[in-house]
Amino acid sequence: MSLAATQNSSAAMNTSTEAFVRFENVQKSYDGEILVVKDLNLDIPEGEFLTMLGPSGSGKTTSLMMLAGFEPATHGEIYLGGQSINNVPPNKRGIGMVFQNYALFPHMTVAENLAFPLMVRKLGKAEIEAKVQRALEMVELPQMGGRRPAQLSGGQQQRVAVARALVFDPKLILMDEPLGALDKQLREQMQYEIKHIHENLGVTVVYVTHDQSEALTMSDRIAVFEDGVIQQLSTPDDLYERPMNSFVAQFIGENNKLHGRLTNEKDGICTVELDDGSKLKAAAVNVGGAGERTTLSLRPERIEIDPSANQVDNTITGEILELIYLGDHIRTRMNVAGNTEFIVKVPNNAGNKPLAEGAKVKVGWKAEDCRALDPLEV
Amino acid sequence: MTDVAMSAPTNHAPLIAADGVPLKLKLARTTRRMKWRAFLLTVPLVLFLLIAFVMPIGEMLYRSMHNPTGSNVMPQFSVAIQDWDGEGLPSEEIFKIFVEDMTAAKKNREVGKTIGNLATRVNYEIPGSRSLFTRTARKTKNIKEGPYKEALLALDQKWENPVLWRTLQRVSKDYTLAFYLAATDRKYAENGDIVSADPLYQIYLPILFKTIWMSALITLFCFIIAYPVSYLLSTLPLRTSNLLMILVLLPFWTSLLVRTSAWIAMLQTQGVINNIMVYLGVITDESRIQMIYNLTGTIIAMVHILLPFMILPLYSVMKTIPPTYMRAARSMGASGTYSFIKVYFPQTIPGIAAGTLLVFILAIGYYITPALVGGSDGLLISNLIADHIKKTLNWSLGAALGTILLVVVLVFYWIYNKLVGVDNLKFG
Amino acid sequence: MKLTKLLASTAVGAAIALGSVAAHAAGDLTVVSWGGAYTKSQVEAYHKPYIAKTGANIKSEDYNGGIAEIKAQVEAGNVTWDIVDVELSDAIRACDEGLLETIDHSSLPAGDDGTPATDDFLAGTLYDCAVANIVWSTIFAYDKTKIENGPKTMADFFDLGKFPGKRGLRKGAKVNLEFALIADGVAAADVYKVMETPEGIDRAFAKLDTIKKDVVWWEAGAQPPQMLADGEVAMTTAYNGRVFNAVAGEGKPFEIVWDGQVWDLDLWVIPKGAKNKDTALDFLKFSTETKQLAAQASYISYGPARKSSAPLVGKFHNKDIDMGPQMPTSPANLANAVQNNFEFWADNADQLNERFNAWLAK
Repeated sequence: MSLAATQNSSAAMNTSTEAFVRFENVQKSYDGEILVVKDLNLDIPEGEFLTMLGPSGSGKTTSLMMLAGFEPATHGEIYLGGQSINNVPPNKRGIGMVFQNYALFPHMTVAENLAFPLMVRKLGKAEIEAKVQRALEMVELPQMGGRRPAQLSGGQQQRVAVARALVFDPKLILMDEPLGALDKQLREQMQYEIKHIHENLGVTVVYVTHDQSEALTMSDRIAVFEDGVIQQLSTPDDLYERPMNSFVAQFIGENNKLHGRLTNEKDGICTVELDDGSKLKAAAVNVGGAGERTTLSLRPERIEIDPSANQVDNTITGEILELIYLGDHIRTRMNVAGNTEFIVKVPNNAGNKPLAEGAKVKVGWKAEDCRALDPLEV
Repeated sequence: MTDVAMSAPTNHAPLIAADGVPLKLKLARTTRRMKWRAFLLTVPLVLFLLIAFVMPIGEMLYRSMHNPTGSNVMPQFSVAIQDWDGEGLPSEEIFKIFVEDMTAAKKNREVGKTIGNLATRVNYEIPGSRSLFTRTARKTKNIKEGPYKEALLALDQKWENPVLWRTLQRVSKDYTLAFYLAATDRKYAENGDIVSADPLYQIYLPILFKTIWMSALITLFCFIIAYPVSYLLSTLPLRTSNLLMILVLLPFWTSLLVRTSAWIAMLQTQGVINNIMVYLGVITDESRIQMIYNLTGTIIAMVHILLPFMILPLYSVMKTIPPTYMRAARSMGASGTYSFIKVYFPQTIPGIAAGTLLVFILAIGYYITPALVGGSDGLLISNLIADHIKKTLNWSLGAALGTILLVVVLVFYWIYNKLVGVDNLKFG
Repeated sequence: MKLTKLLASTAVGAAIALGSVAAHAAGDLTVVSWGGAYTKSQVEAYHKPYIAKTGANIKSEDYNGGIAEIKAQVEAGNVTWDIVDVELSDAIRACDEGLLETIDHSSLPAGDDGTPATDDFLAGTLYDCAVANIVWSTIFAYDKTKIENGPKTMADFFDLGKFPGKRGLRKGAKVNLEFALIADGVAAADVYKVMETPEGIDRAFAKLDTIKKDVVWWEAGAQPPQMLADGEVAMTTAYNGRVFNAVAGEGKPFEIVWDGQVWDLDLWVIPKGAKNKDTALDFLKFSTETKQLAAQASYISYGPARKSSAPLVGKFHNKDIDMGPQMPTSPANLANAVQNNFEFWADNADQLNERFNAWLAK
């Protein structure tokens, strides 16, 4: 408790110069053979909402558990507020945590659950009551203190879990897939609520999820994990607009892939010859030299059907295979350069010509919307 | 559908199914068939419970109070003696009937209706009187005419004792509380009052209290040993825990006698443990420790035998407690000990409750192990019950003791229910 | 197909089971005794010659004494035991309670020397429902390699100062009270006279009190030789035949002290309604003939119940040991001996066992 307090105060002094949370060359192995986390380096400034995003087994949860103190790092240092916490037990780290299944104590009432961290800190009875009530009001459950967790709905339990992680005013909150058990609608609502709590309280949040839309909605920055390595660490829009490799491009949002070979590169724009011989211009982001294979990544909403020549840098003819009416847009599946899963989102504009399945149409896009990345063979 | 729904509230007449039969009747008919089928499925179980459980217990309760030996052996006398006021000796008329009944009974070889049966029965009440009956019965046929009283007293002066006749009067009634008195170390005094038995002969209540106390002790030891073991089992990876679980269950698969004998080999004064301690110099050859054929041996062997009954419910409860609870508690600043006491332990209470109840009830009725390793002071109430069923053949007293034991168990169960709540038990 | 097979095999199994039950009911004579060396001696001396003579099938079963099982079978009307070897007090009580068939003494065969059975059997060995086959005894024994200059009298058994070490005693009042009084100086002939008085019982328990903390209690006859062999006790009471067989059969260095021995009878009884009552009676007569009783004595050191058998008792069946001196009835061994008074125990066993248990639990 006292250690956590000193950490917090020292963190406040050091924010300008040092990151609040820092992973430094952290490695983790469970069996001595496979590295689950490979050389993790990550700085998180105070007050940030950082999401660790990735598929299961990518190392994100392990990283979170190392930060929480439930798993020791095999190598490297983890700092909190400028001090190494490798040898600090979890209960002395002063970190709030929300678990996947909430981990609300079933034998205690909601109020007792919330009071738990305060009792541990030996706060006065009146103070505990006040803090518990305030926390309940924060999550809009002021009347639920006397109930048992089992008597609450999933969403209510979720709120209590968040309130319990916050009630002792930690500077850092960890959340491990906290919304995984909720249905879609509730999940979206909770995303906003958590986001608002974060904004109002100004705490630092490290959030783990495998759901990319959740990550995009909530985060200040997202660290995309795969194979024990952070593939890209960026803001949500950057991650979506400017994926730095094929994994990120594919993991975040929808994405058309075209495979080909680099012919030349100049001023960040390159020419790529596809496997069927057609040549396209693309932004050279993550490519080797001429003659090396590359994968082009292209967002479906950046493609125009029947473009006028001056609007686009590339045009290519494709065949419409399937049309799916989605109201605001028509999802068009095409065969383009041999890729039969080529998706185009056609806005449902008044001026657009009706499309027909089987018809051959021209599609086109700007060179900077098409990113040439590391080769991803199918 | 909407039509029915609409008309229902306005029309209060019973709903009618499509074929004109009232809907309620129709529903009852269909559900009755289902209920009947469900009942048929449970018939074997019901019969089994009836035959293997309800009837024996009923029989036990009945036998503990109903002992018709008196009226079986001496049908006329047992009626006639009831008119006697208990003062002095019974009338000549009663003596006559007694002699006639005894002569008739002597010839009777029907099981349960011989003089021997009556002699045994009276001997329970007046120890040492058995041979008086068998001896007298051999000679009553020689008494051809009155006065019968003098003739009987001539055969044996002991017939002059009014206590004997008052006892016969009591024994002649089919229903008696005498066995419950005996089972609680009490008896009828010479004047018919209920008094405590001579302290030198008081055995059942002290042993009953000792049985309860020892069962509690065994339960406590089982709990202390089983809790960490179960915790370990529940936290280990499945493959390891399965292997260890086999070790826990192994005793279940070995004969009870083999296990108990193994403890004898281990614990006796020339046994493995004493030998090791002598070898290591912890004790000298002369000061070997007596660990078996006494209370210690009984407790050790019974804790071992009953341990799985504690481990299994505990394990099954602990298995369902996710490790995140402890992590959550620690993330909130609680130390390991505090988290355990406040978060983990309370959640295992259903398992503890089930385990302690199982072990306690099993221990209170255990008899083989104390019989083998109990020696002089490790004797439990069930050993006395077994004695009366198997050796002394005083089944009525055995039944009375069994009933008292059953009542004790039910009382404990009731208290337990008040404390823990039976709904909170989790057996596995 | 599978089902038919299953049904067929079930039917066959059932038929076999039923068949065996039927066979059991019809032919096998079920003889019940105490097991171990004792049953073995009966198998050698009684069963084998009887099978050779009549061709009957004999099924030998073991039990631990008492009349509970007989009572249960007779009351249930399903008597599967045909002939049972019981102790005297049990035989008397079971007979009194109508659980046994009566046996006509005049039908028993005369002795080899022509003496009628009623004279040939030792006094007090023939009863309405029971015929004795052997005389056995409770004695005490010790390991002579562990105690030099060993105990000679019953008083020595109770003398912890002179002979330190644990004592083995049967868990029960019977015999222990007699031993205690003999050790306390009561003459063997007066033991039951003293026990008839409450003071006598108090005196016996007081004597038992002096060794109580050093007693290891046994219940089955096989236990005491084992306890001696394990060194668990320095000396123990035991059935004389069990100790003899440990010595003669297994070469154990045990020594029997005959002083103060309490001897008793084992008798054949036939439960009322036994399925093979006639065969059982025939077996009873055969096995209690002079020759068979004498033959049994060459397998175990229990004395034959017929006078005419005594001169025929020879050596142990496979060793050069004279059996005569090993018998409880040998004159030297009877010098200070008590015959178990079945009537005293029939009257007082319940009460004294209660007191004994109460005493034990204190």
